[in-house]
Amino acid sequence: MDILRIATAGSVDDGKSTLIGRLLYETNSITKDKIEALESASKRKGLDFLDLSLLTDGLIAEREQGITIDVAHIYFSTPHRKYIIADTPGHFEYTRNMVTGASNTSVSIILIDARNGLVEQTKRHFYISSMLRIKNIIVAVNKMDLVAYSQEKFEAIKSELLGIAEQVSFIGQTLQFIPISSLYGENLVRKSEETPWYHGATLLDTLEKFSTQNTELSTIQARFPVQHVVRPKTEEYHDYRGYAGKIASGTFLVGDLVEALPSGQISKIKTIEKFGTQLEMGNAKDSVVITLEDNIDVSRGNMLVKVGEQPESRKEIKAKICWLDSQMLIVGKTYLLQHGINRVKAKITNISSVIDIKNMSLSNEAPMDGGLKLNEIGWISLKTASPIFADKYEENPANGSFILIDDNSNGTVGVGFIE
Amino acid sequence: MSTFSEKTTVYQANDSSFPRELEDEAIYILREVASQFEKPAILFSGGKDSITVVRLAQKAFYPGKIPFVLLHVDTGHNFPETIEYRDWLVNKLGLELHVRYVSDSIKQGKVKEETGKYASRNALQTVTLLDAIEEFKFDACIGGARRDEEKARAKERIFSVRDDFGQWNAKKQRPELFDMLNGKIELGENVRVFPISNWTELDVWNYIKEEELKIPTIYFTHEREVFERDGMIWADSEYINKSEDEVPYKTQVRFRTVGDMTCTAAVASTADNLDDVIGEILSAQISERGARIDDKRSEAAMEKRKQAGYF
Repeated sequence: MDILRIATAGSVDDGKSTLIGRLLYETNSITKDKIEALESASKRKGLDFLDLSLLTDGLIAEREQGITIDVAHIYFSTPHRKYIIADTPGHFEYTRNMVTGASNTSVSIILIDARNGLVEQTKRHFYISSMLRIKNIIVAVNKMDLVAYSQEKFEAIKSELLGIAEQVSFIGQTLQFIPISSLYGENLVRKSEETPWYHGATLLDTLEKFSTQNTELSTIQARFPVQHVVRPKTEEYHDYRGYAGKIASGTFLVGDLVEALPSGQISKIKTIEKFGTQLEMGNAKDSVVITLEDNIDVSRGNMLVKVGEQPESRKEIKAKICWLDSQMLIVGKTYLLQHGINRVKAKITNISSVIDIKNMSLSNEAPMDGGLKLNEIGWISLKTASPIFADKYEENPANGSFILIDDNSNGTVGVGFIE
Repeated sequence: MSTFSEKTTVYQANDSSFPRELEDEAIYILREVASQFEKPAILFSGGKDSITVVRLAQKAFYPGKIPFVLLHVDTGHNFPETIEYRDWLVNKLGLELHVRYVSDSIKQGKVKEETGKYASRNALQTVTLLDAIEEFKFDACIGGARRDEEKARAKERIFSVRDDFGQWNAKKQRPELFDMLNGKIELGENVRVFPISNWTELDVWNYIKEEELKIPTIYFTHEREVFERDGMIWADSEYINKSEDEVPYKTQVRFRTVGDMTCTAAVASTADNLDDVIGEILSAQISERGARIDDKRSEAAMEKRKQAGYF
C-alpha cells in the first residue's frame, strides 16, 4: 500500500478543521467513541454543532484559544492508498511549524475563504510550498456557500493567485483550483450540484490521482549518507563491515564503482542488504546496508556516490533560509550546520536580502536591525569549518538542504536551501 | 447535533498490505538514535507497539546486535502473559533487560497508591520511569507511541526533547525539517524517540502479520473472568476495587491494546488469528484508545501526563 503525504494550510478560520473533519468522516475514519467525545466537548463549549477543530487541536492551549499552534498528523485511508495529513497552523507567528509540517509532503492544500480572497498568509503559504518544491498545489476556495457559489468570485481568486504563481512557481509544479464548501461537503468527496460551471474533479478524486512514486528522486544522481557502521565482530561475521543508511537519492546497483567522500577512496559495491536479504539494487528512501569490495575509510557522516557523479565540495555556501527561532540570525555568529546527518560548524558571513512576502519582492538592503527575524525568509552566505558535499536544492532536494542548530540552546533555529 | 449533511460515500480500506516505506523511515530513525546518543534504551511494555520497535531495531543493525538495552517499568499490575512474553523475547534475542518497579517508588514514599474505584498505577509509573532514566543515565528512550492514538500524541515530534524533569513542552518543540533529526541536548535532559509515529494501529497489525511476529496470547480470544463497568468489559483481578453489583462472569474476550489490568478494557471477540484480528479492527466502531480507561479521565489526560514526564 502506498502513502500520500499532504499538508493543509490556511489562514485563521478558513475552515481547515472542518475540511479535515469532513474528509475523515466521509472515509469512515472517525470512530464512534471519537464522535461521542466530540459531541460532549462541543456541548461543554456551549455549541449546538460539532466543533471539528477539537478533533485536531490536540493541545490545551489550542483548544482554549481556538487556534492551531503546532502541526497535527492525521491518518486516513481509501481503498486506493493511505493518507497522512500534516495539519499546519495558519497564524503568522507559527509559520515555523507550518514549514515543519509541509517539509515532508508532496501535496499542499491551501485554503482560501471565498469571502476574503487572497490574504497575506495565502501568499506566504504558497511561497513556502514552492520554496520547499512541493510538486502539487491544490487551492481550495472554501465557504463557497457563503458567496452563493459565485463563479465570478472563484475566478477572481484564481486569476489573482495565478499572477503570484508566475513569480514563485517552478517548472513541473501543478496548480489546481477547486471551489468547495467543507461545511456541506460540496466538491470534497461528492461532486457539487451548486457549481455546474466547475468541470474539474472533487478534492478527494484529485488527491487519489496524484502519484505516490518518487520516480524523480530515484532518477537523479545517487547519494548515500552513511549513518552507522555495522561491525558485528562475531565469529560468523568476523570481518564484516557494512555501511548502514537511507539512500537519499538515485539508485545503487551491486557492482557500481563508488567513491567515499571526503576521503576520495574508490571501491565497488559488493552487496546491498536489508536484514540479511541480498538485493540487486537500492532506490531512494530505502534503508539498507551496503558492503564494499575493499576496506576503505568510511565512517558516519561520510557519503558514498557513484564515480563521476560527485557533488560539489562546498565551504562557501549561498542559501535561502527560513528562520525558525525567536533569537535573530546575525552575521558573524557561528552555528552548527546539519546537512542530512553530517554536522559541521558554520559561520554566517552575510545576509544579502529578505523576501517581502506581502509584495512578493526581494528587499535588497540588508535588514535594518542587522538580522533575520523569526519566520522571515532571506538569502545568506556562510562558511563551513570543513567541506560539505551538497547539491543545489532545486536539483536534488534530498541532498540540498540543511538545518542550523544553535550551540547555546541546542535548538533547531533555521532551515536552508542551497543555491 | 450535526455539522454535516448526510454522508455520501462509504469507504472501507481493502488493500491492507503494510506500507514498506514506514519501515525504512523507522529504521532510519533508530540508526540516528544509535549514533546521536550515548545511552539509549527501548521502553518495553510487552505490548504490540514495543514488540514492533524491537523488531525494527533488530532489522536496523543486522547482522550486528541491537545497540539498545530494554527498560520495563513494572507497575505490578501487568498481565502475567505479558511478563511471560517479555522474558521469552529478551532471552530469544539475547537482550539486556532492566526492570524497575512502581512498588519500590511507593515503598520509598515517592508516590502514593491511588484509592477508590478507579485506582490505577498508570500515572504513578512516570516517577519510576524518571528515576530509572536518572539511575542509568539514559539520554534517549525509544517508545512505541503512535500519533494516530490520541490527539496530544498527534502533535508530538519524532525526537521529543524533555527537560531534566522529563517534562514535555508542547509550545517549544524543535522544528523537524525533512528527515533531519536534532538530538542535541544538555547533560540531564533526555529525548523520547518515537520511530513508529506515522504508523496506524492497522499498520502495526499488518506488520506483525507480514513479519510473522509472535505476540502475547492475550491479543487473541481466550476465556476470562470479567465484569462490566461504564459500558466496558474489565478483566477481573485482585488489583481492582469492585463494588458489590459488579459481578464477574466468564466469557470469550481479547485485548486490543495492552496496558495495566487496571486501565485496559477487553473486547468481546472470537478472533484467534491475525487475519480475524485485522478484520475486527477494520470494522471496529470504537478507536483503540477507547479501550484505555486512563485516557477517559479528562479531555487533556494524555497531554497532562506527558507534561509530567509520561512517555
